Amino acid sequence: MNRLARAWDSDLAYSFRHSPVAVVAAAVSLTIILAAVLSPWIAPHNPFNPATLVLMDGFTPPMEPNAFTGNVYLLGTDNQGRDILSTILYGARLSLFVGFSAVLFSMVLGITLGLIAGWRGGWVDSLLMRIADVQLSFPSILIALLIFGIARGVIPPAYRETMAVWVLIVAIGLSEWVQFARVVRGAAMVEKSKEYVQAARVIGVHPARIVATHILPNVMGPVLVIATIGLALAIIAEATLSFLGVGVPPTQPSLGTLIRIGQGFLFSGEWWIILFPSIALLALALSVNLLGDWLRDALNPRLK
Amino acid sequence: MIAYILRRIAQSVLVMLVVALVSFSLFRFVGDPVATMMGQEASQADRVALRERLGLNDPVVVQFAVFIGRAATGDFGISYRLQQPVMELILSRLPATLELALISGVLAFVLGVSLGVYTALNRRGWLSAAIMSTSLIGVSLPTFLIGVLLIWVFAVELQWLPSFGRGEVVTIGFWRTGLLTESGRASLVLPSITLGLYQMTLIMRLVRAEMLEVLRTDYIKFARARGLPNRAVHFGHALKNTMVPVITITGLQLGSIIAFAIITETVFQWPGVGALFINSVQFVDIPVMAAYLMLIALIFVVINLVVDLLYYAVDPRLRVDRANARH
Repeated sequence: MNRLARAWDSDLAYSFRHSPVAVVAAAVSLTIILAAVLSPWIAPHNPFNPATLVLMDGFTPPMEPNAFTGNVYLLGTDNQGRDILSTILYGARLSLFVGFSAVLFSMVLGITLGLIAGWRGGWVDSLLMRIADVQLSFPSILIALLIFGIARGVIPPAYRETMAVWVLIVAIGLSEWVQFARVVRGAAMVEKSKEYVQAARVIGVHPARIVATHILPNVMGPVLVIATIGLALAIIAEATLSFLGVGVPPTQPSLGTLIRIGQGFLFSGEWWIILFPSIALLALALSVNLLGDWLRDALNPRLK
Repeated sequence: MIAYILRRIAQSVLVMLVVALVSFSLFRFVGDPVATMMGQEASQADRVALRERLGLNDPVVVQFAVFIGRAATGDFGISYRLQQPVMELILSRLPATLELALISGVLAFVLGVSLGVYTALNRRGWLSAAIMSTSLIGVSLPTFLIGVLLIWVFAVELQWLPSFGRGEVVTIGFWRTGLLTESGRASLVLPSITLGLYQMTLIMRLVRAEMLEVLRTDYIKFARARGLPNRAVHFGHALKNTMVPVITITGLQLGSIIAFAIITETVFQWPGVGALFINSVQFVDIPVMAAYLMLIALIFVVINLVVDLLYYAVDPRLRVDRANARH
């Protein structure tokens, strides 16, 4: 039996095939991710190239020809004549980039600190876990805002625009590492005292090797669940920060920035500028969230 | 009991000291306070004099002690952006945030408990199913989108309610309240729903789960066997026992409500401390950021402490466990 057939036959794949919610959620999130990644090739316009923008096309409602130029846009245009569909595709690309990078960052940080805390124990462990406790008692959006504010103070004004995306990734990543660290620490403490790990230590295997071959594989399930739900949280956090005006610069809008821009046109009746980015954000966050929920239940041995 | 209280208070003081250290580092190491406070034209002698006057030449430990002493009396210096004492700024905006947080908290608690009880008692009804699936969307919807959606429906399309500001306010002492005027109350409706919705779904799901758990227990069966009316069983026996964890969670959520008010206040241009904080983050107004951080930390620590002590007072099992552990 080859690898593919074995994967198709696994418990996880079986549970996936028999959960309609998971299949739909996976389809929706994969579609959005693919469309976002391929946006430079599939988007009908490049919304950030001023040379191709037609100002006369501004405020074109969806599926209606523009009063002056007669151009038709599937989801309409904003005040500068940018095609909403294209801005959503480019925006989702940035939102997903920030989301994935932030989760990756918090995962690496959380796993490393969790392993150190669980493996070493002692004062390192109590110090790290106390920091985690204090951080956990504050909402993560507040932590992210604070880190963002500090970073703005440290970085010279000239670099603020270009560094904004990286600052955002670090701020969101630092606000979410605790979940990973706690799970990894718990697993490391349990495995550390098991006989096969003791045996490996006795025959002189290097601790780094023990951690990599014996402890990490044991935590990959829960870590995957936290990472999936963390991705949804990071996407929402990025959108929230950008909506508050402290995220990515307006020259390079993410979904949150687009919603912020659209809010200004709500009162003058141009509802499509805000509605479609909001739907895209909601579909993305909800589908990733549902996928995470399914994964948590599917990997939980007690529910089998 | 007294040892437990003392230990909890010591922990809280420790947390406050850590937050104060972060806050102090903001002041001391993010940007140069002398450069920020003096203009471009200030002479070198003036800079040295200011440096000395601000105590920046003292050892860092002494500076930290002075900072804590000042913070304890509410002195956080002057806002870089608005050139006003920070404490005055925060105090003038605090009533707006507290009113909003309080109304949302009450709304979330009352609606959350009643919907939770309803969905637990009518588990198979279509209305319960509808409430439960709506709550799933409520959990995934980011707070700012809820606000925008409410503005669109109730302020733009229906034009029933205002979408920004506090309306008319009445000043009582230093407290400016919007609760006493018609427009003030109308302005509160949309922001408090926005802020309370997430907490409401949380409380509702918790009440439902706890209630279902309690309804399965033997003492409920016994109460039914004694022929007590449904009303007495549900509210006198079942609800009473579900409330202990619910009150704990609600108390802990009160801090989150104040923190999430940052988002709601921005959406509705509500003149509270959250909006002040966002502006200070944008303009790197360190004194305001530091003071807000300390204020929020204080609120969180006090709430956590009170909830812990209440829990201890409400649940007799905790006391018995501790007494037994000592023997």
